[in-house]
Order: sequence, then structure tokens, then C-alpha cells
Amino acid sequence: MKRVVFGHSWLPYFFLLPQLAIVIVFFYWPAGEAVRSSFYLEDPFGFGSSFVGLDNYANALGASEYQRVARFTVVFTFAVTFLSLAIALLLAVKADSVLRGARTYRTLLMWVYAIAPPAAGMLGILLFDQHVGPLTHVAEFFGWDLRLGVNYYDTAVAMVVVSVWKQIPVNFIFFLSGLQGIPRAVREAALIDCKSGLRRFFTVTFPLLAPTGFFLLIINITYALFDTFGVFDLMTKNEPANNPVSLVYKVYLDGFRGNDLGGSSAQSVILMLLVLVLTVVQFRMIERRVHYT
Amino acid sequence: MIRQILAAGILLSSSVGAYAQTEIQWWHAMGGRLGEVVNEIATNFNASQDDVKLTPVFKGNYEETLTAGIAAFRAGEQPNILQVFDAGSATIINASGAVVPVQDLLNDAGAGFDINDYISGVRYFYADSKGKMIGMPFNSSAPIMYTNTGALEKAGVKPPKTWEDFEAIAPKLKEAGYIPLVQSHLPWEFTENFASRNNVQFATNNNGYDGVEGTKILVNNDQQKMMFKKMVEWQDKGWFKFFGAGWGDNQAPFEQNEVALWIGSSGSFGGLTKSATMDFGATPLPFWRSIVGDAQPDGYQSFIGGAALFAMSGKSKEENDAVAKFFTYLTSPEVQYLWHRETGYVPVTQAAYELAKKDGHYERTPAAEVGIQQLNLPAGEWTKGYRMGFYVQIRDVMNREYGKIFSGETTVDEGFKTIEEESNKLLERFAKTAS
Repeated sequence: MKRVVFGHSWLPYFFLLPQLAIVIVFFYWPAGEAVRSSFYLEDPFGFGSSFVGLDNYANALGASEYQRVARFTVVFTFAVTFLSLAIALLLAVKADSVLRGARTYRTLLMWVYAIAPPAAGMLGILLFDQHVGPLTHVAEFFGWDLRLGVNYYDTAVAMVVVSVWKQIPVNFIFFLSGLQGIPRAVREAALIDCKSGLRRFFTVTFPLLAPTGFFLLIINITYALFDTFGVFDLMTKNEPANNPVSLVYKVYLDGFRGNDLGGSSAQSVILMLLVLVLTVVQFRMIERRVHYT
Repeated sequence: MIRQILAAGILLSSSVGAYAQTEIQWWHAMGGRLGEVVNEIATNFNASQDDVKLTPVFKGNYEETLTAGIAAFRAGEQPNILQVFDAGSATIINASGAVVPVQDLLNDAGAGFDINDYISGVRYFYADSKGKMIGMPFNSSAPIMYTNTGALEKAGVKPPKTWEDFEAIAPKLKEAGYIPLVQSHLPWEFTENFASRNNVQFATNNNGYDGVEGTKILVNNDQQKMMFKKMVEWQDKGWFKFFGAGWGDNQAPFEQNEVALWIGSSGSFGGLTKSATMDFGATPLPFWRSIVGDAQPDGYQSFIGGAALFAMSGKSKEENDAVAKFFTYLTSPEVQYLWHRETGYVPVTQAAYELAKKDGHYERTPAAEVGIQQLNLPAGEWTKGYRMGFYVQIRDVMNREYGKIFSGETTVDEGFKTIEEESNKLLERFAKTAS
């Protein structure tokens, strides 16, 4: 292949400038500020701040409430990621094999995609309302006294349901296009070799979907960790109380509701580190097992 | 609509007039119907004179408004007036230099100030330890008990004055097919005002007024725990039902005529008249005869709830004088009466209360007087108020533990131990930021 060499070495940097400026102003600078203020204890109005070293970190990590929130976040992220990927994959496989009216089915499955997380949270409140929620009545029919906002576990279930529901369409779209990218010849060959549809799926289709699946795994973990903020914000109805919340929402609660800037900053730095570790793990460990070609 | 156009026309014509108008901003947290009344007051004020133009801006709920005000102050863009709620008052009052005390503001502007003009329940909540008023009490409320008239009639009972009375009538209310008791805000109605109505100390350092250093919360006491143990017992007996920490989730079943007694805010009155499906009355928040004794037949006064208006510092003398002018207008009997009548919040001055009485407001709607009567009850040693930093978080800790108590995840003893420990950690942390 012939290499194209540009003479001016500054030119690429020049073209990068707008992007770099945005990244620096909106990401690196605030992140740097967060790291700085995580070492300080400051009064809300900014009259004075004192250096406290790692106190804020020790405070956060040592609190039993923080640990409970962290445990919940892990469970929540796992549940949302697993369920939204699994259900979307099932729907995509089924939709892929539909011959008549395929378009209608796909559109119907996709349009939830357009709903913003806060709107989804709002719907969740209506569906799970203690007094008039239809899903509460359904649960009651099965003998489950589901009480949103009263029982910690019931509320957690409702939050998972809403978050999964909101995320399925995105996964569905990607899985469907992934499935359609699998060559017809390969599928037909597999059909001759193996009669069991389930086995065919796990030995042929699933590995070929791996690149899509890996991409979606990352997208879904980030979604469950960060983008579900709106769902938490709406479904806790402005009173965190004994409701489950995620680590990101706790950063918001302590910083913006409680005006504890140092403590909130320390928590957000912990999250930054978590994301860093997650990224390394994903690309180093998992990606090696994924074959793109 | 026509009124708004007229008002806009008046504003427009006056702004192009010969006067140089002083423009001031007021950030508030009054949504819905309350926001409409705020806008009406601002429009009336602007129309009443030519020197000052006041712009009210709705900034979301109480927590959001405080945070917006703090962020703006740090950026040097603070409004002239910021509405701060009871739980946030320590945050703003302890940040000396963030606000101009309302007492100084009015005196400097020559507007005159006498703390005795205010009804006794509101005088010192937003004051410093020496009794100087820092924030102007604006939307002041008290937690009161709303009664379902039909439910009481059906059960053949009278509204309870004390919790002992409640225990006597609860079985009858349950038999009549109602949930006897529901509340809407456990920290405010059953913790803070439990301390006030029963005259129980709430925090060291004179309930926190004497300084942030070493202030400790005193909720983990036998009396307070007795209240919650009783409520757990009532819940088990079907006398009390808990619908979570959301205010509306608890109010809804009362409006739907499923509940006999609901503890809400005196400020809920305006909304209830529109939303309740049945006749209702009101009576003061019950207290424990076993704690108060016979010395006070009606219990002690409650803490004031709601919020106050703070004049932010860093503004010119001209603008501060404009704020003083508005505060004077706002506390005039006519404006206070309008606010009281339209929203259910109590009038903050004695004169406004007299005006409401003279106008026959309480003969038409007796329930509207309950809040102010409760605030005018005899004061005790511990009824002035409380001042604790990071109190928004402390309330969140309370709500969390209370939620666990009523869902059976923890016991009353364990719950209050956790509240005490975590709150004291927060107070200690706040003391460090304030030093």
C-alpha cells in the first residue's frame, strides 16, 4: 500500500484543535477540578477550604451506606446489562426469522428507543404507582404486595424493569443488523450440519455475533452505570430515603443536594478510576477472545 | 390574560419613564399555584411604585434553588433575594458574608424593623444566636392534622388532641373502614416538631444556635424512640400506614377518602380544597400528654416550616434599599393576607393575622387558622428552632432509616443509633467547613 505523507507536521494538530479544545474544556478541566477538590473540605459558598488529604476518600469508602450503594450498583449493572442484552437478542433472533410483516415488527420493537430516560422514569412511576399503577395491580394478582418507594427490593425491581425496557431497542437494532450481516451461505451450511436450532445458534450464530455483542456489552455497562441517572432521579421522587440509588446518583445527591463538594468530588474520582479499570479490563481481556473477521 | 398584558404594559411604560429603575431578582422555589401567587405579588409590587422592578425566577424545588443560589454566588452572579428552606438555613446563615441580615438591611434603608411585629412562632427560627433576624420568614407553615369529617362522624369520635386520644379512637376509625393515620414527612412532622410540640431538646449547643463547634443531635432519646415504637405498633395493628418518603404518595389516599387523619402542612390547605373528594377539617399536630404533662393543656408551639427570603451580599446600597422596599411591601398586612388566603401559609405578622380575623376569613374557613394558632401556642425552652449544618443530608439519613424501620429492615433502636452516628459525623464535618 502506498503511504501518503503530508509535509506540514502541524497541520494534523491544527485540524484536531476544535476537538481537543472541546475535550479539554469539557472533560479534562472538570476532571482535574474534581481531583483537586476531592482533597479539600470546603464550605458551600466557597469562603474557605482546607486541605484534608485522603479524608474525603476514607469517609466515602468507610461509610456503610456507600458500601451498600456500591453493592447495589454492581447488582443493578449486572442485571440491567444481562437482561437487556438477553431479551434484545431473543427478540432480534425471532424478528430476523419473521418473513411476513417483518418491517412492522421491527418498527414496533424499535420505537421505545426514542424515549429519554427521565420520560421512561416517569412512565415507571405511573406503571408502578402504589395506588393506581397497573403493574402494581398485576403483582397484587400474583400475591406480591409490590410497594414502590416503601420496600427497597420492590423499588429496585421496578428500576431494573424500567431501565431494561428502555435499553432493549438499542440492543435490538444492533443485534438485528449483526444477524443480517452473517452470510447466508454460512447459515445454510450450518443447517445441513446440524438440525438443532439451539445448538446452531450457540455454535455458529453467537460467535459470529461476538463483535456486536462485545460492543453492546460496553455500551450497556456504561448505560447501566451512568445513563440511568434520569430513571433514579424520577423514581425516587426527590426523596432518596430508603430507595436504592446508584453510585453516580449518590455523587449528585451529596454534591448538589447536600452541598458537600469535597465528599462528592472524591466519589466522582473513585468512579473515574472504576471506569478506567473497566476499560482496561474490557479491551485487554475480553477483546482478545473476540474475532472481528 | 388581559391582566398580564396590562401588567406588562405598565412595566413597559414605566421602564421607559424618566426614572432610573433599580432592577432586582428574586429566586424562589414556589411551583404551581404558589408560583402564580408569587408572580401576582411581584406584579402588584411593580405596579405599586416606579423605583424598583422586581423579577421573580422559579428555580425548581427547595434543594435545587439553594444549590442554584450557591453556584451563582460562587460565580459572582447571585440574585438579590434567595428563598432558602428550613433545612438549608444553617448552610446559608453559617456562611457569614453570604447574606445581609434582613434586620440590618431594613434598618440601613430606614425602613424600620421591630421583631415584635412578627408572630411569636416565626421570630427566631431564622435568627442568629443573639436573636438578630437574618432571613425574612416568607412562606411559613406548621405541620397540622387534617381530619376526614365523614370518617370521624361514621366512627362517632372527635379529632384527637394528644396521641393518647388517638390511641383511644383508632380502633373505631379502623372499624369504620378507614386507615386511621397517615403522615407525609417523618423528619419534619415526627422528629423536629415532635421535639417542639413536646418541648424536648433536639441538639446540644442550644439546639445548635450557639455555634457549629461540637453540636450533636439528640434524637436518640427514649421519648423520640417511644414515638416511633408506638408508630410501628400502630402499623402492625392497622392504625397507621406508611406510603414511603414521597409527600404526595401519602397525601393521595387522604384525598381519596380512604384515610381518617393525615398529618400535612398548613400550606397544604389551598391545594386540598381543590383535590379532596370529601369534607375535611384541621386540628393541631397531636403531642404526648405523658411527656408534656398538665402544665400546657394544648402542648407547646411548633417549629416553623417552609422557607425564608435572604438578601444576598455583594450588592450595591441602591439594590439593597430596593430589596428593603420590597420586604416592607411583602410584610404589609394586605400582601400577607393575600398570601395567607391564597396558599394556606401563615401570615408572618401580627397585623396581618388581625386583618384576616377582621375580614372573617376564619369564620368562612376555620381550618385555615389552625397553623397560626399552633405557632402562637406557649413557647418552651426548646421550641425556638434548630440550627444544624448539612441538615439536608441529615434528613435524608432519617428518611432512609425510617423507611427501613417501617419496612421491617431494622428496629427502632438500631435505626436511631444509626441516625445519631451518621448525623453527628455530618455535623462534625460541617463544623470543619465552617471554621
